[in-house]
Amino acid sequence: MWRSVVLLSCCITTAAAAKPSSTSGTNIFAPESTPARSIFHLSVFVLAITGIIFAVVFTLLVYSISKFRARSANEDREPAQVYGSTQIELAWTIIPMLIVVVLFLATARVLHAVQEAPMPANAVEVTVIGHQFWWEYRYPQLGVVTANELHVPVSDPTHPTPTFLELLSADTDHSFWVPELAGKTDLIPNHPNRMWIDPERTGTFVGQCAQFCGTQHAKMLLRVSVDTPEEFAEWARKQRLPAVADERVAAGKRVFETTACINCHSIHGTVANGHFGPDLTHLMSRTTLAAGAALNTPENLRLWIQNPDAIKRGSLMPAMKLSDSDLDALVEYLETLR
Amino acid sequence: MACLIIAESAIFTIFVIAYLFYIGKSLTGPTPRQVLETPIFFTICLLSSSLTIHYAGKFLQRGERRAFLSLWSLTILLGALFLFGTGREWHRLIYERSLTISTNLFGTTYYSLVGLHALHVTAGVIMLSIVAIFSFSGRVGIEHSRRVEVLSLYWHFVDAVWVVVFTVVYLLGR
Amino acid sequence: MSSDAITIPGVGLQENPWVDTLHQWITTVDHKRLGILYIVYALVFLLLGGVEAAIIRIQLMHSHNDFVSPQVFNRMFTMHGTTMIFFVAMPILFGFANYLVPLMIGARDMAFPRLNAFSFWLSAFGGLLLYFSFLGGSGLYGAGNAPDVGWWAYAPLTARAFSQGHSSDYWTLALLVSGFGSIGTSINIVATILCLRCPGMKLNRMPLLAWLNLVMSGMVLIVITPLSAAQLMLLVDRYLGGHFFDAQAGGSAVLWMHFFWIFGHPEVYVLIIPCFAFMSEIIPVFSRKPIFGYPVMVAATVCIGFVSMSVWAHHMFTVGMNSYANSFFAITSMLVGIPTGIKIFNWIGTMWGGRIRFTTAMLFSVAFLFQFLISGLTGIMLASAPFDWQLSLSYFVVAHFHYVIVGGILFAIFAAFYYWYPKMTGRMLSERLGKWHFWLFVIGFHMTFDVMHVPGLLGMPRRIYTYEPGRGWDTLNLIVSIGAFIQAIAILVFLWNLVSSYFTGTKAGNDPWDAWTLEWSTSSPPPPYNFRTVPVVESRRPLWDLKHPEDPDSQYE
Repeated sequence: MWRSVVLLSCCITTAAAAKPSSTSGTNIFAPESTPARSIFHLSVFVLAITGIIFAVVFTLLVYSISKFRARSANEDREPAQVYGSTQIELAWTIIPMLIVVVLFLATARVLHAVQEAPMPANAVEVTVIGHQFWWEYRYPQLGVVTANELHVPVSDPTHPTPTFLELLSADTDHSFWVPELAGKTDLIPNHPNRMWIDPERTGTFVGQCAQFCGTQHAKMLLRVSVDTPEEFAEWARKQRLPAVADERVAAGKRVFETTACINCHSIHGTVANGHFGPDLTHLMSRTTLAAGAALNTPENLRLWIQNPDAIKRGSLMPAMKLSDSDLDALVEYLETLR
Repeated sequence: MACLIIAESAIFTIFVIAYLFYIGKSLTGPTPRQVLETPIFFTICLLSSSLTIHYAGKFLQRGERRAFLSLWSLTILLGALFLFGTGREWHRLIYERSLTISTNLFGTTYYSLVGLHALHVTAGVIMLSIVAIFSFSGRVGIEHSRRVEVLSLYWHFVDAVWVVVFTVVYLLGR
Repeated sequence: MSSDAITIPGVGLQENPWVDTLHQWITTVDHKRLGILYIVYALVFLLLGGVEAAIIRIQLMHSHNDFVSPQVFNRMFTMHGTTMIFFVAMPILFGFANYLVPLMIGARDMAFPRLNAFSFWLSAFGGLLLYFSFLGGSGLYGAGNAPDVGWWAYAPLTARAFSQGHSSDYWTLALLVSGFGSIGTSINIVATILCLRCPGMKLNRMPLLAWLNLVMSGMVLIVITPLSAAQLMLLVDRYLGGHFFDAQAGGSAVLWMHFFWIFGHPEVYVLIIPCFAFMSEIIPVFSRKPIFGYPVMVAATVCIGFVSMSVWAHHMFTVGMNSYANSFFAITSMLVGIPTGIKIFNWIGTMWGGRIRFTTAMLFSVAFLFQFLISGLTGIMLASAPFDWQLSLSYFVVAHFHYVIVGGILFAIFAAFYYWYPKMTGRMLSERLGKWHFWLFVIGFHMTFDVMHVPGLLGMPRRIYTYEPGRGWDTLNLIVSIGAFIQAIAILVFLWNLVSSYFTGTKAGNDPWDAWTLEWSTSSPPPPYNFRTVPVVESRRPLWDLKHPEDPDSQYE
């Protein structure tokens, strides 16, 4: 019972603290998108019913242990030996059955509405590919390939522009969970899944991988940037451009192209065409590195390349073992990839 | 024994489910239709061994030890023949048709299911042989007929499983 | 009715050198000794699993903690789950079943005493094999150690490619071996109950403990075996190059999930049903009334047994099954709550109108009722599939299942200890220490597991070795961890009670609780042959009939 009180106060405090275009929380009771909102309404209904059941049975329990405790006066007499009562047992079988029917109907309705929602023609399509321990995003209609930070347009409830995600995996099982946007859906190799979101406000929404996928499952974080339609179009346009080619950092570019970096990473417009690691063409357009494990600063970038274990121990990025001058040049180069 | 059979049935059911689930899903390699030859003769061997073991048990109940022993030994022979047939089939599949357990999904599920069954037949043949040895030295009599019946139940189970496996692999699977 | 042991004249009693005692215990086939072996074994593993939990909770006390590395943390939660389910809960329940079932049905021993011993030692070996992985799990690549793939060992994380070394093999083999032990014991229990009941004990006069262990054992036969089958398939994949769960060859990770949960869900009912049995024996005795609605209790349990086999994919609502499958599993999961809820009502009905004595066993039983109610309700929430899309794989689920397993199963086991320890050892456990144990544990339990629901609702997934600050999870996790340590202290009090009462506890006599089933008619502890003469019963409560000849149960049944 006091668990509900704690829960309620948590909701209230978090709701009060939510500000418009800031980073969201991860509270399932603060939905900002239709799937999350439908689930929220269903959850309130389910909580209400289970709350009532709890109150009734709790009262019965408390009453029975207080009213029927042995008092020293009658302790040596045995009470009336009652073996059962068919009417009572029927009653407490039928009533729960009715409750289950009601609960199930409410559940099935939301289930179908969310899972079977048809994809409208103006939906943005994203293919999400889960890797150990980062997220790959491909926008087939827009020709964009990026990693770890998903951009989607905000959806006006009167003219919805949802984003439909196709979920695939390159290795083990993962799960895409941004609580304030939708329930989670798993990414399973050889088993494509589909989910959708239609965020109602701009801002950043956070979440993380929810299906244990290996050593650094905990740091496979999610950042979803919900932009205005104009911002989104501009972002997509920039992402489609090849990498910035700045002559001043040619030395660093050469380091990149002649070491093992190109085995795993791609930079459009260069020879690098690896697919095992994130696409780096517009690395500097991202707020974080290593799927949210560190902020995208030059110091962190340098550390990540030289000794990834310091940031994300057990990640599949190898320590590159470059000389200091090579490393400096390389970081300088990567810092130009806006 | 009934409980053991229930438990073993559950194991076989899971392997059968996996086999059925993966029918047609192999990405490469030989398909069942291309390489499987229906083992009619050896199936008849195994299924008739159920008859022989049944009558062996009946003879023992009446105390006719020699009849029991001959039918019992015939059962073992039929079981061993079945194993020989399976072995020959596998040899052909591996060396002539290049189907191993790691070739494709069909290979994995086929060898696992048929192999699990063959393992149970082998265990059965060993147990039957132990009883045969005791019987040869005159130690098995009418007082053991209930225990022999329990062992026969196991053998009937192994046969019943073969009916299912045969249907799934050689009839449905193709 | 029989009571004391027979003394055989002319046999000298010699001082038993400890080697002889050890030999007797290792080679025993007596169901009572094997029962105690199972229980002691489980208590040792309870401590090991508890240490693993402590490490987890210390690491999670605040965000970005570095008490242990992610690799060690992942091993800890894997081993904690595997240990607690397979090497604590299963053995302790089989131990109690082994001890009590023959006594309660008036038999001299189990149907197959040697199989009984063999099954115990198989299960025991499985546990040792699992823990040997800490030393021997390193494989060719220098990787490996204890398994770190979660206790579900989802494919393809367990494939050779993602799980190097032998850690996953230790998981697979240890559980395969102990699984065969469980099957052996279940065969024994079923055969014993069906064939060795004493005269007059028709099936509908059996104590509920016998009925429920019968259902549980029947379930084990068809529930553990799917896991064994799946593990054999995993071994084929890892060692023979098979492709059962190999996505690149067209294999399916989802198939492993189905097989695992076809085992995994009924397994938790396998664990709770013997605990229902304990409650159904203990609550009546301390309420001084017979169990309310015996036939319905049996029917409800059988119902639970069947329906629980049809709910497994509620663990897979997020996996992307189609909406019809999701709906099916949602409704079956809600339906299974009905017979379960009925039982709670029946226990309340038993207490209603009674004269309740709050011994430590009864305290744990009442707490069980509260906690099982709550966990059943959070279970209903999880059964609602869309709600589950938010709640699953989060700390809400972790809180839910610990509520059932600790708040339900462990509390019932504690009650069983306080109730039957006098029978097993001839001494009463200290009620004073028992009350300390109870209150400390209840406070710690609620501090941990009530609060633990909230981070789940606030988006905290499970199986993470650390978490981001600023998500509102820090303080909550700290409270959860503190509660865990309070529970640890309570367990130490309990263990001290177990040990010290053996030497200094009050002598118990045959029937310290004034109870009604057959085990209380023989001495404490019972002689090796249980009963001097085979009992004959005429009702469900044979000792009630003896104590109240003017009003025997046989008149009313």
